[in-house]
Amino acid sequence: MKAPGGGNPLEWLEDRLGLEPVLKLVEKKTVPIHRHTIWYYLGGMTLFLFVTQVVTGILLLLYYRPSSDAAYESVQFIMGQVSFGWLVRSIHSWSANLMIGTLFIHMFSVFLTKAYRPPRELTWISGAFLLFLALTFGFSGYLLPWNKVSFFATRVGTQIAGVVPGIGTFLLRFLRGGDDVTGATLTRFYGFHVAILPAITALFLGVHLWLVQKQGMSLPPGEDERQVKTMKFVPNFLLRDAMGWLLALGLLAALSALFPWELGQKADPFASAPAGIKPEWYFLFLFQTLKYIPAKVAFIDGDVLGVLIMGAGAALWVFVPFLDRQAARGEKSPVFTAIGWVLIVYIVGMTLVGYFT
Amino acid sequence: MPRRGFIDYLLGTSLGMVVAAIFYPIARFLVPPRIAESSQLNVVAAKAAELKPNSGKVFPFGAEPAIVIQTPGGEIRAFSAVCTHLGCTVQYRDDLQQIWCACHDGHYDLYGKNIGGPPPQPLTKLTANTRGDEIIVSKS
Amino acid sequence: MTGKLLTTSLGAISALALFAATGRAQPAPAAAAKVDQCVACHSELEGRLGDPVKALQQKNDVHGQHGFSCANCHGGDPSQGSGKAAMDPAKGFVAVPKRQDIPRLCGKCHSDPAFMKQFDPAERTDQESEYSTSVHGKRLKQGDQKVAVCTSCHGFHGVKAVKNSTAPVYALHVAETCGSCHANVGYMQPYGIPTDQLAKWQSSVHGEAMLKKQDLSAPTCNDCHGNHGATPPSVASVANVCGTCHVRQAELFQKSPHAKPFQALGNGACVQCHSNHEIHHPSDEMLGVGKQSVCVECHFEGTSSFKAAAAMSGQISDLAAQIRRAGEILQEASNDGMEVSRPQFDLREAGNKLINARVVVHSFAPGQVEAAVKPGLEVAGKAHQAGLVALSDFQFRRKGLAVSLLFIAIAVAAIFLKLRQIERRQSSA
Repeated sequence: MKAPGGGNPLEWLEDRLGLEPVLKLVEKKTVPIHRHTIWYYLGGMTLFLFVTQVVTGILLLLYYRPSSDAAYESVQFIMGQVSFGWLVRSIHSWSANLMIGTLFIHMFSVFLTKAYRPPRELTWISGAFLLFLALTFGFSGYLLPWNKVSFFATRVGTQIAGVVPGIGTFLLRFLRGGDDVTGATLTRFYGFHVAILPAITALFLGVHLWLVQKQGMSLPPGEDERQVKTMKFVPNFLLRDAMGWLLALGLLAALSALFPWELGQKADPFASAPAGIKPEWYFLFLFQTLKYIPAKVAFIDGDVLGVLIMGAGAALWVFVPFLDRQAARGEKSPVFTAIGWVLIVYIVGMTLVGYFT
Repeated sequence: MPRRGFIDYLLGTSLGMVVAAIFYPIARFLVPPRIAESSQLNVVAAKAAELKPNSGKVFPFGAEPAIVIQTPGGEIRAFSAVCTHLGCTVQYRDDLQQIWCACHDGHYDLYGKNIGGPPPQPLTKLTANTRGDEIIVSKS
Repeated sequence: MTGKLLTTSLGAISALALFAATGRAQPAPAAAAKVDQCVACHSELEGRLGDPVKALQQKNDVHGQHGFSCANCHGGDPSQGSGKAAMDPAKGFVAVPKRQDIPRLCGKCHSDPAFMKQFDPAERTDQESEYSTSVHGKRLKQGDQKVAVCTSCHGFHGVKAVKNSTAPVYALHVAETCGSCHANVGYMQPYGIPTDQLAKWQSSVHGEAMLKKQDLSAPTCNDCHGNHGATPPSVASVANVCGTCHVRQAELFQKSPHAKPFQALGNGACVQCHSNHEIHHPSDEMLGVGKQSVCVECHFEGTSSFKAAAAMSGQISDLAAQIRRAGEILQEASNDGMEVSRPQFDLREAGNKLINARVVVHSFAPGQVEAAVKPGLEVAGKAHQAGLVALSDFQFRRKGLAVSLLFIAIAVAAIFLKLRQIERRQSSA
């Protein structure tokens, strides 16, 4: 232990925080190099975009007002009066969409390279919950500007939640803060969006990242651990990460300056829904699927069936590591690969259909 | 050796510029703009001193005009200033002690009720409160 | 001798009885008779003889609703089962009232305030006396059988209340009802007056307001001509008629240099420029010295009034142009994604000032028009300025973006070079 007042700051911190394991990791961690290495960057990209969300989100809440008679005007104020308010708000909106996009790509690349197989089951499960959290972030944040589109999208979305058998009514009232979408819903969604969801996400994200650091990068089946080339995490992989992050930042800046996010018109609870109301693109495939289920299937309501199928699908998705026995044994698992591709095609297809019809 | 130094220099400077380009807008953002509040539907319609008895003032309220009046008896009331006939902006007539629309001679009494001319509906009522020396109007 | 006296007195008594029956006495509603034999009999009949009963029994027949029946207008005795006894002229029965008698027949009840008060205390009771002042009433007295009487517009057996939206005299239907005679070329031929008023009114701004926008406050035939006392307004009073709604324009006009000369010319004041039935939405082109202007119909080039017209037209078009310019630039800024809803709201005030200025034109005094236009120009100017600021802000954003992208590109390149350097060192080590 050096005497205080001497030596360099890093050593000073070291002595007090016990940073050795961290520094060792930084020294030793490697990343395998093979034809699927490129997908390794997507997790970090999603993380970068999430950090952007947190930073821009914190800035926005310095001016935003979460009540139905002030929310729209406060966003209008941010866009028109606050210095660079337009930039912060547009980055926040664009980054939300990009983040969910990279999240999906990250998730499917992990799925197709079977990275969920032992010992990484918990990483997958925490990741699945991060997916649900991200979608909830998106859904709750979408209402906050309190404009016409978001008001009706929220009404439709919470209505679908109300269709779940048994707990549906409770769920609907819990989400809406009442029977209909009102200022109470707005305040509640705000609470979810800036406090509850960030807290839960911090937890799951912490677990997810810690596991990734502890267990290192997964090798796709077929790659030989002993023969594969590697690069150091620090500085090689991290510098490449940084390039990607900078490019993403540039993209966000360009999108914000050239295609600023719209504000639309203030929500009017008494007006009728605009024609062709759609949710945001990342919910479109679910919405479109519900549209295709017939109104009644045997004795069950089409909506109820749809919600149950989606719930079941989500549950199966969470437990994929335990369902894919072949991958667990280290064998090829063509069934799950096929499922992965079918899902990708389905999601992309349904999204396009929903967008263009 | 000079080459290595150059790359490091370039890296340091360019990253520094990027960081500056991030922190400059954030710093400007944090400084509140001159009009400190968003114009929400809780608007300062007028100063109590400028609104005399038997007078009215039209002011912007959200996206539409509104009118705040002080009756001859001293009561302060506020209404939407959009005439219910064809949407012209109404005004206060101290000679008639009524609210009046110039477009087609529409008359409203001081409760906003349509009492003469084409307007089919009364003016939408708003809530007016006096806070200190300001008259604040908000939605009812 | 006694026979003659008897016959005469019988005749006199019958005449008196007849008069009494058709005079000012009002029989109580037929509900007093236990069974209305008129209805009982005629409801079994078909066609012309049965339809009146059906009409009277309709839910929206205002007379039937209040318990009135056949005998109240036709006379006779509703308690008698036999046709001859019921439809007895001695009891005042009149099968089809003569056209000249109809106003008096309806007026039997409708001109008696004490009687009408029982049913609607606010109901007017001067329709019959108004009617006698109308063109229809006067001509009827002279024996013209073609003119409108009460039943022509209100119907007779199925009379609906005026406020009933399916009544022929409901505001939306008045023009059609008047037009059923006045737009019928063949019918109106002997009178030598135009028959295009209905068509003209329907194409006018008033007709559109009523028919397309269902604005019940829009003027229809009776608002300018009166309904029971229907007469075209005399040329001298047209301005007053228009002025009942267009108050400001009428006031300004009366004080304007046009008031006296137009009165002397007897050209109907407002009608001179705006027409009477075919009133279209006025345009800025009507003012000034251009091809579509109405001013040049009287005012010739070189005169001071010609110059005044040109001046006023210039002021109005100037403001309209400034508002349009400001609106365009703000729209451009808005399309670029800039937040300009506040200046766009403020620009509305300039629009209000333009509407006001167009009204002030009726003073025909360029000084007044200029004063009206000035505040509008100020507001439009400010909005335009805000638009320019928004556009330049947008350019600033693009430049700022270009600069930041440049920094980012350099940084990425620097990282790339550094990486290459590191990896070279690593592979050679």
